[in-house]
Amino acid sequence: MSEPMIEVVNLTKRYAGHLAVANVSFTVGRGQIVGLLGPNGAGKSTILRILSCFLPATSGTVRVGGFDVFEQTDEVRRRIGYMPENNPLHVDMRVREYLKFRARLKGLSLAASRDRVSTVLEMCSLTEVDRRIIGQLSKGFRQRVGLADALVHEPELIILDEPTIGLDPNQLRSVRQLIKDLGRKHTILLSTHILPEVEATCSHVLILHQGRILASDATENLQRNIFQSGPAIAELTASTSTLQEFFAAQSEVETVDIVPTDGDWKRVTLTGRDGHDLRPLIHQWACTQRWPLRELTHGRHTLEDVFVKITRTEKEE
Amino acid sequence: MRVYLTLLRRELASHFVSLTGYVIISVVLLLLGFSILDMLPKLNGDATDTPITRIFYATVYFWMLMLLTTPIMTMRTFAQEKFTGTFETLMTTPVSDLEVVLAKFTGALIFFMVTWLPLGGYMMLLHQYTNQAATAFDYRTLLCTYLGIGLLGSVYVALGCFASALTRSQLIAAAVSYGMGITIFLLSLRSLVPIPMAGWQAKVFTYISLTEHLEDFSRGIIDTSNLVFYLSLTGMFLFLTLKVVESRRWK
Repeated sequence: MSEPMIEVVNLTKRYAGHLAVANVSFTVGRGQIVGLLGPNGAGKSTILRILSCFLPATSGTVRVGGFDVFEQTDEVRRRIGYMPENNPLHVDMRVREYLKFRARLKGLSLAASRDRVSTVLEMCSLTEVDRRIIGQLSKGFRQRVGLADALVHEPELIILDEPTIGLDPNQLRSVRQLIKDLGRKHTILLSTHILPEVEATCSHVLILHQGRILASDATENLQRNIFQSGPAIAELTASTSTLQEFFAAQSEVETVDIVPTDGDWKRVTLTGRDGHDLRPLIHQWACTQRWPLRELTHGRHTLEDVFVKITRTEKEE
Repeated sequence: MRVYLTLLRRELASHFVSLTGYVIISVVLLLLGFSILDMLPKLNGDATDTPITRIFYATVYFWMLMLLTTPIMTMRTFAQEKFTGTFETLMTTPVSDLEVVLAKFTGALIFFMVTWLPLGGYMMLLHQYTNQAATAFDYRTLLCTYLGIGLLGSVYVALGCFASALTRSQLIAAAVSYGMGITIFLLSLRSLVPIPMAGWQAKVFTYISLTEHLEDFSRGIIDTSNLVFYLSLTGMFLFLTLKVVESRRWK
């Protein structure tokens, strides 16, 4: 069991004229939920397609459960459940019929497929729509049909390409919960370009940008170091010049931005030096300077900021 | 084998549980009906010892059916799956490329043969109402004609699958198979028009002529050279289809 579920070494994929994945290496341990985070065009789908034996790599080796994805495709394909981007389904089939068809393709016997289909229908709360035609289902239901298909043959590894794209907040929550529940029994690799999604579901994160891996760590480490070290935002009452002078004099503060809002209130955005969390200090300063304080929060990083931040730290190193 | 049968069932369902399927069936019915109307006056004339199937084969509708319907039947096979993305979900399950190609081919061929069933009904009807029917109608000739239709059909269906595997667009798939299908058909006519050629040219063009080979079947003759001709053409197109499907792994 010590052997990793996925082992990618020096993977490169070149399409005619451009490099989609550049010399990427990573491993995914068994039982992890790993998020592949990156903007559109970062090479996420390409990596997932190579892992699922749909595309060959230009160079490098990829092993899933110890099997090479190019040499032992059948062994690999038996062990994975893959849901591609946009979740393509046969829209003319009924839900139960489709899942049974997929189960049979994946090598389940007639009796086993019947049992498994019933089980996954229940797991994905699809039982009440099992006789409906897939084309007539809502996006949320379709997404769950895709998930049910990915896990119908109890694969060791589930690969999901943008599993929550285009869902409304309620559907989003239920699909994320489902993924989390699945993570107890299966290894999951999912791709997304939404930062909060990774924080909500994944135990590990790989950050991908322009075909290269920028960071790879447990989610909590990245959260501490990168995601949550956003600027501190405070709303205070004082004159702009006083605030400007005061904050410029503090050694912990790197940048200051002051925007007047309603009345005398000023919205102050401060970034700390070396990712320092300024919020306790701001409270302290507000008390000592006798500035009324009505809000104190920290701004969340967008994916954009994370990339800027990581690339900057890389350059400094 | 299990995978093949599962896929075949799915293919048959996609042909029969679809609007296009029934549009094709009605078009074939209409054209077959016209061909019977065309045949009736011929049978009303002097007594003839030509088999009915041979007379049917001589009507223009036979080739119209063969050339016009097969590209529509086969255009979806690969192109649609590639377009909607289900090709990706299919190829990431443990299925072999050969199973996929064969299932799609046989699915389309079975549908093709089903559309020809009314022909048998018409022949039976004619048999009922002709005098001394035994001479003009022999069920063995009919079966033999069906064999010929099946063999020629498999060439065209395999060609259509090949065209469909080349592209993501059903329209392009249909256009390519129309182009190739009609070209092969016109090449067959080369042995007859513009002027019958003598010598080796005539021989070559007769050998590669689809029409020449099929005529034997409609007379009730099964010649192994005809069998080999159609089967090898089918085999060639299926092989090409398989290579196109495999080619995603070379890119």
